[in-house]
Amino acid sequence: MSDSVPLTTDHPGQVASATPPAPGRSRRLSDRGLSVAFISPALLLLLAMSVFPLLWALYLSFTDYSATRGGSAHFVWFENYTAILTSAQVHLRALTTLIYVVGAVALQTVLGFAIAYLISRRTHGRGLLTTLFLVPMMLSQVVVGLFWKFMLDAQFGVINSMLGSLGLGQVEWLTRQRTALISLIVVDTWQWTPFIMLIALAGLTAVPKYLYEAASIDRASEWFRFRTITLPLVWPLLLIAVLFRAIEAFRLFDLVYILTSGGPGVSTETLSFHVYKVAFLGFNTGTASAYGILMVLVVIVLTQLYLRYLNKLKED
Amino acid sequence: MGVSVDEAVSTGPVRDHTPPTRRFGGRGRSVLEIALLTVLAVVMLFPVLWMIETSIKENRDVYAIPAKFFDFTVTLDHFKDVFVASGGRSALSVSFLNSVVVAGVSTALATVLGVPAAWAYSRFAVKAKKDQLFFILSTRFMPPVVVVIPIFLMYRQFGLIDTKLGLILIYTAFNVPFTIWMMKGFVDEVPAEYEDAAMLDGYTRLQAFWRFTLPLLLPGIAATAVFALIFSWNEFVFAIFLTSSDDVRTAPPAIAGLIGGTTVDWGLVAAASVVFALPVLVFAYLVRKHLVAGVTLGAVRR
Repeated sequence: MSDSVPLTTDHPGQVASATPPAPGRSRRLSDRGLSVAFISPALLLLLAMSVFPLLWALYLSFTDYSATRGGSAHFVWFENYTAILTSAQVHLRALTTLIYVVGAVALQTVLGFAIAYLISRRTHGRGLLTTLFLVPMMLSQVVVGLFWKFMLDAQFGVINSMLGSLGLGQVEWLTRQRTALISLIVVDTWQWTPFIMLIALAGLTAVPKYLYEAASIDRASEWFRFRTITLPLVWPLLLIAVLFRAIEAFRLFDLVYILTSGGPGVSTETLSFHVYKVAFLGFNTGTASAYGILMVLVVIVLTQLYLRYLNKLKED
Repeated sequence: MGVSVDEAVSTGPVRDHTPPTRRFGGRGRSVLEIALLTVLAVVMLFPVLWMIETSIKENRDVYAIPAKFFDFTVTLDHFKDVFVASGGRSALSVSFLNSVVVAGVSTALATVLGVPAAWAYSRFAVKAKKDQLFFILSTRFMPPVVVVIPIFLMYRQFGLIDTKLGLILIYTAFNVPFTIWMMKGFVDEVPAEYEDAAMLDGYTRLQAFWRFTLPLLLPGIAATAVFALIFSWNEFVFAIFLTSSDDVRTAPPAIAGLIGGTTVDWGLVAAASVVFALPVLVFAYLVRKHLVAGVTLGAVRR
């Protein structure tokens, strides 16, 4: 009897096989196994389809490789990068992109918030209104681009036809330098105002009613209520939406490709579209890769900003 | 935060019970607001209505100057042209079928890969979980035009250029981050105690997930899959650069190809666009409760 005591203390697991500790340990082990088994396939796919291509692009960006010429790639180190960063062409595209992103996102934010505010003040028909306003956002950019191209057509487009019946002159929307970029901004605004509206509406309906009630007891003016209650409470969410749109607008390609193909001249060539031209029309794969990597860096900075605000919003 | 359209509807009177504080002009202001909303709604919906109208107009009415808003001859010829060409199926209808296959398969794959990963991220203490999740989301933000350059070279090496498999793979990779983020939100809402209780009853962790958590997740999975389906269905950049032949091409590049020639048949473009957009609108309506989460890639929710 005295021998059996050390035995049990040496191997507690074997003796007490049916008691909690043993299943507990094996469960913890299988938890780790399960999490690896469940997460790694997804991560592997992302590594193969997103990270590996980007690393490849990074490698190509230091070479003079051309996809059509073939042959081996020669290392040129930072030649591609300096060429891009000092190119007046690229500076022009960066400016175009900036005008487009700032113009479109600002317009969308003001309009989207205004619509959301107006809808949030209604008591009837909100669901129907919201649903109707959301339609443009769900359409493919191809469909949106094609359709606006038809509507903005100088000859038989409905927009010019309406202007004509109002006694106004015809506008060559997509074939004049200045109006082409404006048209692009207008079309993007038409499609994405609902996005800002949807998120602003989510913020607006979440503002606690008692705040307004308290304010109205204090006989606060409408503008005061808006400025001190509505805006501060909706702003964090709105900022997320604005950043999200800015990233999307920076990446924009489809709409330019369909609506103007960068023209007339290069007046609507955004950075995305220029990368495409360098890569698939000029076949300077090395240069295009460097160009792309620089764009990815911008996107990464914007994404970090976005995620930081998102994190802050979630912690509050 | 109240995030769904439905909630927005049911919130009911917000400030209606405080009329005494409204000093003057409450009525007039309300009328003005309704008028403004109506104008905005008309402006937003006009292009959609014009597209539908164009798709049922006869050709000479399509190009009429000044534009005909009401008195046009209705025809369904354009819709017929979308599906039938002389002597069989049209190239467009083939592309629609391709779109169904590519979007469907890639969505199914993204769901199969993403849902278990989302569950694992929600339930287990994974190392550097936040960083991993951020990394996953940031892959989704990469500019497609940039990613497509190395993908193009990679596919050329593996013979995946101009194949449906190639498109399916890249769409899956773009939908997995979304699925993980969106589904993690849904998994977080199911109490982990359900699984703990099941495991006390003798089930393994896997069985507990399969039998108790998964059935509760089904509505969320359906909503997530619908969004993934919409993303793949609408995708254009990869489709136009990675495919070229008619029997592989999906609908977006096929529809865009309609304006390539010297004369454009806008009636056909309109009809094809309507046929293409209709399923998206129906699906979007079905998942309207989750729209905020869906359109922000699962990042924003209450």
